[in-house]
Amino acid sequence: MSATATLPPAAMLLDSEEGSQYLEISMGPHHPSTHGVFRMNVVLDGETVIKLKPVFGYLHRNHEKIAENETYLGSMPYTDRLDYFCSLTNNWGYALAVEKLAGIEVPERAEYIRVITAELTRLQNHASLVGFLMQDMGASGTPLMYAFREREKILDLFEALTGARMMCNYMRFGGCRCDLPAGWLDWAKKVVASFPKFLDEFETLLVGNEIIMARTQGVGVLSRELAISAGITGPMLRASGVNYDLRKVDKYGIYDRFSFRVPLGDHGDVYDRYMMRLLEMRESLKILEQAMKDIPEGPFTDPKTKVRNFRPKPGEAYGRIEAPKGELGYYLISDGSPNPYRYRVRPPSLINLTVLEDMCLGRNVADVVITLGSVDIVLGEVDR
Amino acid sequence: MTLEALAALKLEIEKNVPGAIVEIITNPSVSAQHSLLIDNAHGLAVAMFLRDAPELKLDYCSNVTGIDWPSREMTEKTKVKKMVEGPDGPVEKLVDEVRKWTTPAYLEVVYHLYSMTLGTGPVILRLRTGDRGENVQVPSFYSVWRSCDLQEREVYDLYGVIFEGHPDLRRLLMWDEFTDWPMRRDYVDPDDYEYEPTAHDEVLTRAKAHYPAAAPAESGPAEDNA
Repeated sequence: MSATATLPPAAMLLDSEEGSQYLEISMGPHHPSTHGVFRMNVVLDGETVIKLKPVFGYLHRNHEKIAENETYLGSMPYTDRLDYFCSLTNNWGYALAVEKLAGIEVPERAEYIRVITAELTRLQNHASLVGFLMQDMGASGTPLMYAFREREKILDLFEALTGARMMCNYMRFGGCRCDLPAGWLDWAKKVVASFPKFLDEFETLLVGNEIIMARTQGVGVLSRELAISAGITGPMLRASGVNYDLRKVDKYGIYDRFSFRVPLGDHGDVYDRYMMRLLEMRESLKILEQAMKDIPEGPFTDPKTKVRNFRPKPGEAYGRIEAPKGELGYYLISDGSPNPYRYRVRPPSLINLTVLEDMCLGRNVADVVITLGSVDIVLGEVDR
Repeated sequence: MTLEALAALKLEIEKNVPGAIVEIITNPSVSAQHSLLIDNAHGLAVAMFLRDAPELKLDYCSNVTGIDWPSREMTEKTKVKKMVEGPDGPVEKLVDEVRKWTTPAYLEVVYHLYSMTLGTGPVILRLRTGDRGENVQVPSFYSVWRSCDLQEREVYDLYGVIFEGHPDLRRLLMWDEFTDWPMRRDYVDPDDYEYEPTAHDEVLTRAKAHYPAAAPAESGPAEDNA
C-alpha cells in the first residue's frame, strides 16, 4: 500500500521547493484532544511541526450581539454558556462590570458567598483540567474519573444552592439571587475538608510519575517576555514566572481579607502549568476555609438595586476578575437605555491561544496535543 | 485613573511624541474610567512610548474592542428669551428653540492597557476611523503587544476596521467567504428563510420578505408536488 493511500482524507501532501515532502494535516474540529470543536492546520516535516494555524469560529453565535439586544439582567444566564465549566465566575465578572458602571454596593454576606462559589468553581475547573491533561497523555480514564468524582461533589453543592449544576445563573447586580440554604455551609465545609485527601492521592500518583515528567518537562515552553506581551493570563502566565494574579493586584470583592499565596513557575513548560493548577487548588482551599469561617449574617443582595427597568447612566466600564482560566473582563457601554450599547467579553481562553504556534514549533504532533491541553480552553468562550 | 493624572499623562505623551494629538474623552458614569483619544498618524508611536516609558511600563494590553457609532440625528430643545410681536408692541417671551445636528459616523477601537510590572492601570486608548465606509484604517498595535493579534483580527472580522501593519489580518470567527460585518449596528441578517408550514410572528415576517410574490401571508410557497 502506498503512503498516500493511508492518509486521512483531509490531509494532503505539499511539495516544497527543495523537493522534501511536507504534510499538512487538519487537526480537528472533531478530535478528542481539542476539547470541543477547534481546528488546527498543522504543517509537518516528518514528525516535526513547522507551522500551526488555529481555526476558530465553529461555535460562534455572536454572543456580544445577542447581549446588545437583551436587557442587562437578560444577559446574565447567557454568560453561563461562555465557559460552561465556570459559570459562577462568569456571572461574577459580568456583575462586577455592571456594578462598576452603575455604582452598586454589594453587601458583606454576598461578597463572601461570591468568594466561596468562585473558589469552589476554581477547584472543580482545575481538578478536571488536570484529569483531561492526563487523558491527553494517554492515561485513559482513571485520573479523569478521580477528578470527576471530586467535581461531582462540588456540582452537588452548586445544585443545592442555585438549582443547576453547570448553568448556575446565580449572581445578580448588587449581590446574589438567593441566600445559602439551611445546612449548605456545613455541607460545603465537609466537601472542602475532604478535598486535601484527594489532592494528596492525586499528587502521590502523578507528580513524581516518570512518564509524566518525560512527556511534559521542557515541552511547550513559553518565555516570560512573550507571555506578558501576548496578554497571557491565569495559571499559564504564572507558570512562566510572572507574579500577576488579579485577586492580589485588583483585590476585587473582598480578596484583600484572605491570606493566600500565588504559586509561580520557573520554566513555563507544560509540567509547570500542570503544577500551577495543583498548587492553586491548595490555595483555594485556604481561601475557602477562611471565608467559611468569617461569613457574616446579613442581606445577600442590595435591596436598593432595581431589578426591572434597570437603566445605568450613560458611560462605560471595564470590570475584570481572575477566572480559573485567566483574566475574564467585561466591557460595557451604556447609552441610558435598558440594553447595553456595547457589550464585550474579554475571553481568556481565546487570548491564551495567541501563542499556541510559538509553543508548538519544532515539537512533535503528540506534544501539540498536551500543549493545547495545558492551555485550558473551553470553546464556548473561545468562539462566543 | 483620575482626570488630573490623565491630563498629566496627556502632556507627557505630547512632550515625548512630537505632533501627537491627544484628547481626553471623559466618562460620565460612576466607574470614572476616562480615556485618551489618539490620532491615527501617531498611534503607533504613542503606543510604543506607553509601553517603553520606564515610569509607565504598560506592557500588557488586556482588551481590544470595536465599537460602531453610526451617524445619529440629535435634537436639543432650549428655551430662549425672544422679542415677540404682541398686541401692544414687542414683548419678551420664552420660546422653544430646537437645534438639530447629526453626529459624525465612525468606528472606534478601544485598548485597555495595564502594567504587569508595576501593577497599575487601566490606561484606555481610543482610535477612530474617518468614517464607516472607505476610510476605516487604523494603525495595528500587533508589533507593540502580541495580544492584539487575535483581538484585532476579531475587530476586523466583526466590524470591518482595517488594521494597517497587522501581518495576518484574516477573519477570525466568521468564515473566509463571508462578506458583511455582523457587529455593525445596521447589519441585516441574511435572507436564509426556509419554508415552514406554520410560520408565525418573527418567522412570518421573514417568510413574507422571502416570498413577496406569494402574498397570502398564512400559506407558504406553492407545494412542488401539488
